[in-house]
Amino acid sequence: MFKLILRNSLRHRLRTALTILGMAIAILSFGLLRTVVDAWYAGVEGAAADRLVTRNAISLIFRLPLAYLNKIKAIPGIKRVAYGYWFGGVYIDEKNFFPQFAVELHNYLDIYTEFKIPPEQRQALLKERNACVAGRKLAQRFGWRLGDIITLRGTIFPGNWELVLRAIYEGAEETTDETRFFFHWDYVNETLVKNTPAVANQVGWFISQVEDIERAPLIAGQIDDTFRNSLAETLTESEKAFQMGFVSMTKAIVMAIQVVSYVVIAIILIVLANTMAMTARERQEEHAVLKTLGFQGRHLVALIAGESVAIALMGGIVGLIAIFPAAHYFRTALGNYFRVFTVSDETLLTCLVIALIVGLLSAIFPAWRAARLSIAEGLRRIG
Amino acid sequence: MAPAEAPPILVAIDNLTKSYRRGAQIITVLQHVCLNIRAGEFLALMGPSGSGKTTLLNLIAGIDHPDEGTLRIAGVDISRLSESELAIWRHRNVGFIFQFYNLVPVLTALENVELPLLLSELPRRERRAHAELALQLVGISDRKDHYPRQLSGGQQQRVAIARAIVTDPVIIAADEPTGDLDKVSAQEVLDLLTRLNQELGKTIIMVTHDPRAAERASRLQHLDKGVLNACAVDG
Ligand SMILES: Nc1ncnc2c1ncn2[C@@H]1O[C@H](COP(=O)(O)OP(=O)(O)O)[C@@H](O)[C@H]1O
Ligand SMILES: [Mg+2]
Repeated sequence: MFKLILRNSLRHRLRTALTILGMAIAILSFGLLRTVVDAWYAGVEGAAADRLVTRNAISLIFRLPLAYLNKIKAIPGIKRVAYGYWFGGVYIDEKNFFPQFAVELHNYLDIYTEFKIPPEQRQALLKERNACVAGRKLAQRFGWRLGDIITLRGTIFPGNWELVLRAIYEGAEETTDETRFFFHWDYVNETLVKNTPAVANQVGWFISQVEDIERAPLIAGQIDDTFRNSLAETLTESEKAFQMGFVSMTKAIVMAIQVVSYVVIAIILIVLANTMAMTARERQEEHAVLKTLGFQGRHLVALIAGESVAIALMGGIVGLIAIFPAAHYFRTALGNYFRVFTVSDETLLTCLVIALIVGLLSAIFPAWRAARLSIAEGLRRIG
Repeated sequence: MAPAEAPPILVAIDNLTKSYRRGAQIITVLQHVCLNIRAGEFLALMGPSGSGKTTLLNLIAGIDHPDEGTLRIAGVDISRLSESELAIWRHRNVGFIFQFYNLVPVLTALENVELPLLLSELPRRERRAHAELALQLVGISDRKDHYPRQLSGGQQQRVAIARAIVTDPVIIAADEPTGDLDKVSAQEVLDLLTRLNQELGKTIIMVTHDPRAAERASRLQHLDKGVLNACAVDG
């Protein structure tokens, strides 16, 4: 029986090969699109639950006065507070994009324990006003060594900013982002105080670590209450929600990608279903003969479904094998934008399950027809 | 010695009617057919094209359902069997031979013959042995690993006969088995059927156009426009 399924599927080699190829491409696309979506959400997943982000209630692009710091610190249940902003400078060329933050490093590093820095590097980093720290992957990407001078051209903060690399951090976990770049908020602020005092002493966000995760929502409310009716009202949310907000800017795109991934599957389903229907129709007489020999509807169903699933799974497996080099290519080409771009086991499993389902669904109609086929009808020849 | 008693009636057809619907039109193909066939007979069913020979043979072989009448074979009224009961019954009792051989093209001669045995509980080795034996019986063991397209029409039909007898059925139903063959191959196939009938005692029902084929039969029945009344002959 298995032999028959296998031989049947090799009957029209070209047709089967093309169908398998189509299936492989569909599964490959599906898997990659899923991985892109995963990569987007990875930023959110990495967020810790004991961190609260306080930002301007109106929008992310409005700042908050540094003076809020002491008021936030005074709220009971808050362990540490750090602050900073998105720097958004250009390193040599626009295409060298990487996330840069000017932060109050001392507390920041205490809160973000997942960024691991050797103690002597940490000391050097905190001592020097224009020191900076980069993630391991980022340093690797540009071949940076400790002591290198890194010059950023400011876009939000005009001018050239010379920084000295004093530390390289490693991620505590596999999903930790190793592509970030931090330096002293003070360094930026000093210059602002000198040149444009109107925008000095401001921060993009405060990040507070709470003592008790359970009380985080309550504390978030207390922070916002503190600044109610002041000039800049605040919005405090968990880091996760905050990053979700970042992602939601592109949520429409992520949704579109998700829809497209299913459309791809729907198309291959139609293609395979059509192939199987065509194949079964051609073999109508043969199916009638098998029935004459005593084979029953369920045997034919198994025969057709077996072939359909075999083709779908072969395509699926080829697609999954191709996904690793493809993902590797993506990672090298777009790694700057996605901090994790690994094909998850879940995606692999989903791909296989989808291939299986596509195989089964495609077999339904032809199998049903073959099962119902009357022998006399199937055997009749014109002439 | 007392004269041998006539063998028992194996196939008892009474008042069999079958019609097909073609669109709004209903075509009655068989009208009140009566026919008895004794065990061990070699019956040739003749008649002009479109007279309903194939339809009658299909009914006897349990491939199609009659509209009316009874169809008893070895005591079983097969017109009352359900679809799956009928499939099992066919597998045990009937070997079918087609005009165009209808071998499965992707299987070798041996695998084609083995095919019906897949439905039995036989272990693989015994299935092989049975299939080889059947191929030997039809004299084509040397071609067992050939695919149908590598065989001539006559050879393919012999493989088909092996497939029909491998389950050791009571009845062999053949629909114009020589219809697509040259003279020599046709003779070989007929020799084979005659041997199956005489040496193995198989009851054979053969539809044919060919008078030379009909000659080999022990009995001849004509079907004309779906009418056949042969119950009285030796009821
Ligand atoms: N499945 C069917 N549907 C409609 N008409 C059929 C079908 N099978 C046979 N017929 C008609 O029944 C008649 C007898 O067919 P058949 O038994 O094949 O004749 P024969 O084998 O004697 O040539 C023909 O007119 C044929 O067109
Ligand atoms: Mg006919």
